[in-house]
Amino acid sequence: MSNSINMESPLHHAQLDDLVGQSGDGGVILHEAKFLGHLNLRGNSQDPEFLAGIKEVLGVELPLSACSSAKGERAQIMWLAPDEWLIVVASGTEHDVEKKLRLCLKGHFAVSDISGAQTILELSGINVIDLLKKSTGYDLHLDSFPIGKVIGTNFAKAGAHILRLEKNKFQLVVRRSFSDYIWLWIQQGSKEYGLTIT
Amino acid sequence: MLLIHCPYCEEMREEEEFSPAGQAHIVRPLDPEVLSDEEWARYLFFRKNPRGLHHEMWLHTHGCRKYFNVTRNTVTYQIMESYKMGQQPSVTASEKGQS
Repeated sequence: MSNSINMESPLHHAQLDDLVGQSGDGGVILHEAKFLGHLNLRGNSQDPEFLAGIKEVLGVELPLSACSSAKGERAQIMWLAPDEWLIVVASGTEHDVEKKLRLCLKGHFAVSDISGAQTILELSGINVIDLLKKSTGYDLHLDSFPIGKVIGTNFAKAGAHILRLEKNKFQLVVRRSFSDYIWLWIQQGSKEYGLTIT
Repeated sequence: MLLIHCPYCEEMREEEEFSPAGQAHIVRPLDPEVLSDEEWARYLFFRKNPRGLHHEMWLHTHGCRKYFNVTRNTVTYQIMESYKMGQQPSVTASEKGQS
């Protein structure tokens, strides 16, 4: 028996890699951004030392206004609550970043590595809005959901965080336990537009 | 379907994202040891059930996962205001002349 452990994404069983290039121009394009480092950060946004520590480690200011996000070279930060953020870093760098945060942050804070607990699905394509309209009650108009905004809401009755990257490109942060259900939902919901896996 | 304003996400969201969490502004007795069983039971189990304005807690389960307070009319379901934990309501029953 081999001692090596192969990492498996929450959608490992769906074998998405085998589906790449199998279908033509679908109205909805799905890509699993798997194995990224997810760090959950709690802390006091009123504390200037805390904010400075984050800036030092991640090279980007912590997004403080409600439902906002920030993108730096090393990390993408999503606002989850007034005292809670999700930091997404490149695959394999999460331990290093977590260690640096623990070194540089002072006072009352918490950093947890939750990389294995959730995955990111990237949805794009000309019909992506149509698919999202079936899945969530949130107003997807650019006025209410501008680029860079992140919302915690229901996606097909499951909880998810949705980040808008471009007009027709979204990131879905879903829990591991819900990922298979959401994968099935996306297949059903995009049937009429065609689904392309990339 | 209610539209509820989350004071932390700073916008209106659908009721489906929230869970109701009962009466607001219940203060835990500072010294439970000196209470009689009846007083302790009142703190634990007895809740208001008004016809009219009610201050209640809601949890933004699928959003920011924060508790906050809502002033709601239990007859019309109209939500008068929502405010953060630790704050006091600006709309109260006595002002409105209701019980």
